[in-house]
Amino acid sequence: MEESSIVKYYLRKIIVAGLVILAVLWVITPFVISILYAFASKTDYYSPNILIPLHYTLEHIQKLLDLGATRAIINSVIVAVITIIISFALGLPAGYAFAKFVFRGKDSLKLLIIGLRMFPILVIAVPLVTLYIRLGLNDTLLGVALAHTAMALPFVIIISSSIFAGVPKELEEAAMIFGLDRKGAFFRITMPLALPGLTAAAIFTFIMSWNEVFIASVLTLTNRTLPAFILTSAMAAPDFIKFAAGFIMIFPAMVFVFIARKYLITMWGITLK
Amino acid sequence: MVDVHLKGIVKRFGKTIAVNGIDLDIRDGEFIVLLGPSGCGKTTTLRVIAGLEKPDEGRVLFGDRDVTYLPPRERNVSMVFQSYAIWPHMKVYDNIAFPLKIKKFPKEEIDKRVKWAAELLQISELLDRYPHQLSGGQRQRVAVARAIVVEPDVLLMDEPLSNLDALLRVKMRSELKKLQRRIKVTTIYVTHDQVEAMTMGDRIAVMNKGKIQQVGRPDEIYLKPANVFVAGFVGTPQMNFFDATVEIRDNEIILDASDFKVRLPRDYLPVLQEYNGKTVIVGIRPEHIYPEGHAPTTAKKLSWIEGTVDFVEALGSDTILHLNTGSMILVVKISGSHHYEIGSKVKVALDLSNIHVFDKESQVSLLYKRQREVQLS
Ligand SMILES: Nc1ncnc2c1ncn2[C@@H]1O[C@H](COP(=O)(O)OP(=O)(O)OP(=O)(O)O)[C@@H](O)[C@H]1O
Ligand SMILES: [Mg+2]
Repeated sequence: MEESSIVKYYLRKIIVAGLVILAVLWVITPFVISILYAFASKTDYYSPNILIPLHYTLEHIQKLLDLGATRAIINSVIVAVITIIISFALGLPAGYAFAKFVFRGKDSLKLLIIGLRMFPILVIAVPLVTLYIRLGLNDTLLGVALAHTAMALPFVIIISSSIFAGVPKELEEAAMIFGLDRKGAFFRITMPLALPGLTAAAIFTFIMSWNEVFIASVLTLTNRTLPAFILTSAMAAPDFIKFAAGFIMIFPAMVFVFIARKYLITMWGITLK
Repeated sequence: MVDVHLKGIVKRFGKTIAVNGIDLDIRDGEFIVLLGPSGCGKTTTLRVIAGLEKPDEGRVLFGDRDVTYLPPRERNVSMVFQSYAIWPHMKVYDNIAFPLKIKKFPKEEIDKRVKWAAELLQISELLDRYPHQLSGGQRQRVAVARAIVVEPDVLLMDEPLSNLDALLRVKMRSELKKLQRRIKVTTIYVTHDQVEAMTMGDRIAVMNKGKIQQVGRPDEIYLKPANVFVAGFVGTPQMNFFDATVEIRDNEIILDASDFKVRLPRDYLPVLQEYNGKTVIVGIRPEHIYPEGHAPTTAKKLSWIEGTVDFVEALGSDTILHLNTGSMILVVKISGSHHYEIGSKVKVALDLSNIHVFDKESQVSLLYKRQREVQLS
């Protein structure tokens, strides 16, 4: 009886570990392949006998950067940052209101906001372009950022409302008893407590904007963001250039996520293992 | 330092009425305890006083200042929340110092006061920790420390000792009480622990279902409960209640309680006259029933009945007898440790000068309604 339960215990551990390894491999393999091939020398890449390249080069990356990827990366960062700023400026107050106040039509309004996310972006692409031309926003980074904001806003509202709702109302009330007004209580109590969650929301917003290709391609011609640039220029190029493009796409996002994640974990001395 | 007046406070949450018409006058510097069962509206009352909740009806006055619609920060109150509400992103020190920082106290003064409060609540060695590194009882003490470092006009405490171990709780009770005496701050203290209420309160307001049942000094609440609820809620073991019919013949009062009859002293005549032939609720505390040999010599008006021992709780300091008198159980408390055989017959005396009589319908005490007292010889 005793023995069999020990066996069961370890068997279960082994199975869980196996599944975890499988899941990690599933996620990580494409990364590894595209990173390897992004730096593989041309001959290694085309040699049918070599699976893992032996000679590495920065040539492909350099070529892409020369072609305009540098500019596109900067554009993408600008668009993503503007998107975060606008969607947070609009979304946080809305999220706070949803979290802390009871008002008429709250639930239907929430549903409507989530419903917006189901709206296929394809449908509005053409009207959006016409509208942008009229407003003089076509082919501008602000224009792309505004479109991305529209996509990110429902997400920011819903997520931030649940983050704010997760901060017990007594914490703010205590601050109000001890001398702060509602605004002070928000900035000195709720905001710092919500920051880890909001940082996560910012990461998601960043990645959404960083990855978004369709609207960015439709709305811009010269001011391409990175995915739009890659779609139009790199896709006609040889395969190793495509892998290099993939790497350029992944790399900044990965760095950003790692930094933000570390910030999340070390906040308030709370270590999440 | 201010006197607090609640005038007809009503607070509803949707369909539930949390507070249903509370009138209470609290004196300057008084320590008043709100005592009542879970869900009776204690926290809500406190939140109305603090300004965290606007009453649907009624007014809150601090002195002669109407504060009903003032935000909390303009009331100069301090509060210990039932859920502690200490801020997770600040170390213990900063939690306690925060109210002082907002009020722009000089740095040395802040430091002095934080250390003093930490000392008092025995959390000095925890000042450098974050709240999530504390136990529940330690967090609660941080909440108390934070509330007492400022000098508020009114100190509100919502079950501030509920999570401490028995020893520490007793110590904290006296520390808080001493502190309150010294700084003379008007204190409204919520608890559902009657021992806490009895030992700490200058006066106790017993609440039930959103209403105040009785306000009075602890001894008044205990000895002269105004209704069945107060009589039953205060005191352990609970007061014995039984129905009895009043029979008055030739100026003699007999309470006929199916299992036994009790002849009451003449003194009860004025209050029971109009109840002749009617049923009333009779109450008597377990310590006012004496087994043979345990009646204090001072007790004069006794009425003897007999019962069978059903169950014995030996607590060491006290012995609790459950006595079957036929169709009901009488609980009897004897101080000291005594042995009783289960199933044995025991004669006990009801102390008639400590008997309570309540109206069957309204459950109001016939003896102590409107503070009317029976003069017993
Ligand atoms: N925000 C709220 N929304 C709805 N109902 C509420 C709210 N706050 C309190 N109530 C209800 O009002 C009543 C009184 O609650 P309150 O918190 O004042 O009780 P309490 O006496 O403090 O109880 P406890 O001893 O359990 O803390 C309860 O029935 C409770 O369910
Ligand atoms: Mg409560």
